[in-house]
Amino acid sequence: MNEILVKKDLTPVTKLIVVRNPYVAAKAQPGQFIILRVRENGERIPLTIADFDREEDTITLVFQEVGFSTKLLGKLEVGDSILNLVGPLGIPAELPTSGTVVAVGGGVGVAPILPKCKELHKRGVNVVSIIGARSEDLIILEDEMRACSSEVHICTDDGSRGFKGFVSDKLKELIDGGLKCDEVVAVGPIPMMRATCETTRPYGLKTWVSMNPIMVDGTGMCGACRITVGGQTKFVCVDGPMFDGHEVDWAEAWRRAGMYRDEEKVAVESCQCGGGK
Amino acid sequence: MAVKERTPMPMQDPAERARNFSQVATGYTEEMALAEASRCLQCKNPRCVEGCPVSVQIPTFIGLIKERKYREAIETIKQTNNLPAVCGRVCPQESQCESKCVLLRTGHPIAIGRLERFAADWEAKGGALVPEKPAPNGKKVAVVGAGPSGLTAAGDLAKLGYDVTIYESLHAPGGVLIYGIPEFRLPKDVVRREVDYVKALGVKIVTDVVVGRTFTIDDLFDEGFEAVYVGTGAGLPMFMRIPGENLNGVYSANEWLTRINLMKAYLFPEWDTPVKKGKKVAVVGAGNVAMDAVRCALRLGAEEASIIYRRSRAEMPARAEEVENAEEEGVKFHFLTNPVEVLGDEKGWVKGLKCVKMELGEPDKSGRRRPVPIEGSEFVMDCDTVIMSLGTSPNPILSQTTSGLDAQSWGGLIADEKTGRTTRQRIWAGGDAVTGSATVILAMGAGKAAAKDIHEYLSGPQDKW
Repeated sequence: MNEILVKKDLTPVTKLIVVRNPYVAAKAQPGQFIILRVRENGERIPLTIADFDREEDTITLVFQEVGFSTKLLGKLEVGDSILNLVGPLGIPAELPTSGTVVAVGGGVGVAPILPKCKELHKRGVNVVSIIGARSEDLIILEDEMRACSSEVHICTDDGSRGFKGFVSDKLKELIDGGLKCDEVVAVGPIPMMRATCETTRPYGLKTWVSMNPIMVDGTGMCGACRITVGGQTKFVCVDGPMFDGHEVDWAEAWRRAGMYRDEEKVAVESCQCGGGK
Repeated sequence: MAVKERTPMPMQDPAERARNFSQVATGYTEEMALAEASRCLQCKNPRCVEGCPVSVQIPTFIGLIKERKYREAIETIKQTNNLPAVCGRVCPQESQCESKCVLLRTGHPIAIGRLERFAADWEAKGGALVPEKPAPNGKKVAVVGAGPSGLTAAGDLAKLGYDVTIYESLHAPGGVLIYGIPEFRLPKDVVRREVDYVKALGVKIVTDVVVGRTFTIDDLFDEGFEAVYVGTGAGLPMFMRIPGENLNGVYSANEWLTRINLMKAYLFPEWDTPVKKGKKVAVVGAGNVAMDAVRCALRLGAEEASIIYRRSRAEMPARAEEVENAEEEGVKFHFLTNPVEVLGDEKGWVKGLKCVKMELGEPDKSGRRRPVPIEGSEFVMDCDTVIMSLGTSPNPILSQTTSGLDAQSWGGLIADEKTGRTTRQRIWAGGDAVTGSATVILAMGAGKAAAKDIHEYLSGPQDKW
């Protein structure tokens, strides 16, 4: 259970792993996530399922080595097993069956948006993708996105490739240029999802986002992942992770995401001095 | 004749223990246990047994302790109780077995819980006897949730020869015993030992499975399980729905305790999960969970740790013993006080709790006098951490994903009080999943009753439900 079968570096800081877990592979739907723990002393961290293969009993996870636990995960090699992995958790994404959907993926957020695009494509929905990153070398899963999209627009903050600017700027350009679209799905860092929602709000364009807050159990038990949506407190783990982005209290979500920033630094430092074996 | 007093429980010094996570009550020595056991009158018609939800043969085991037959004593307990080291520590004996003891009128009922713990700990020191595995009867039963209720049901069914598998959503079995109750009241080694005993009876425990998501109850029936017992507890935390509840530094008691107990955040960064170590911590609520939460805050180094409760001392739902322990350790109690808003600083971190003073009015549905706010009595209490300990409700995931399994509007599964039978054939339920948050021992009692009924049902014609 949970053996790593494939490991790839997508960028210098982004890794893709294919993990054997027949339970999760059998039930996973686009939009759902898993919780894993790398070692006995380890944290429980949520990761969105980037792909699944029911025949092969595998799921694909893509993560950026930004924090202590993702760095630990990145140290596992093919043949190693993840200590604990539970899922699929959360409510599957509600996807339309016709029309045009613009999929906006920022940074590592392209990974969780991919299974939704694949499913939309399978249903005959026209998928227009906008994928972005800080620079060219951080763009991930481009070929996979091309395989399920009618158009793919690449954006980089530094202009090293494609459109120079944010994915939200590109989205505005496309809408103003006459692109007809029924819904937008945006996944990525909070500032990127927020900017996308602010872009679509004046057009009254339905915009789904996938939240990825701090979690502990992931089953509704702790409430660490609570956010405010439409003035109501929601638990992302059981009420989400997909929400109407125009209703999300972004300032609160951003603030809560930084709750353990100081502790994260301590953990990363202790990792460098040999703690994170 | 002078009344022989209860043998006191040896405890760590309050000032010292308030700063460590080691066990508060250190347990009877052999001499203490013998002294206490010798006070038992060995009633012909022992009422204490009636007070025990799992019918431990109390006078018998106490008599065996008195004769220094400790092995036989623990075996007697384990005939009906699969988790004696847990029960000896966390059962509210004062309202159960000990409340029925004939010596109660002397003010010194037998310390049944302490003796139960002594017998269980004696066994642990010498190495537990591996129980004899009964002959398998070829029938498979699934249990959902490895908490006290599920472990009890599974243990009892295994003793009857069933092939039992428990599915647990977390990475470790034990349920509230492992994520909720802190180390200083119930060491996790003790829980692990009890779980090992249930495993030694032949029960398989599969962790990291959320039934309702990873697979459904219907999948379990398709896999050949003939009955399912649901002991999923009451995991969803309640909040007050007051402004500021999502500020940084506001926790549910569940999150606070899960980080500390299951994830061992008090050992951060040796363990990877952090928790905010507040200097001034306010815990809202006055149940046993609130006491656990506030005492954890002290142990994490809080300068001030307070209980905020809207009723008065007399209405506190926590065990008297836990309240006393908390007070000795320096916890402050603010009675007749109710929060109306959590106040934050410019960066969104908790800086205070705005409260209103309350007075007691007419009795409410629960029979307790209803607290009513006193107009114009608002005041602000400085704090940097707020922990909401207002109770929990059952997770709706199973009733939502299992057709025919009905729940009350507040989430509790509908189940027969005596047998645990739910609204769907072959599914039983018990413990907090049915009652809402209650006690470990009541959940165990429900698991026991359901195991008995499952056995009767599966041994019979299986037609009536």
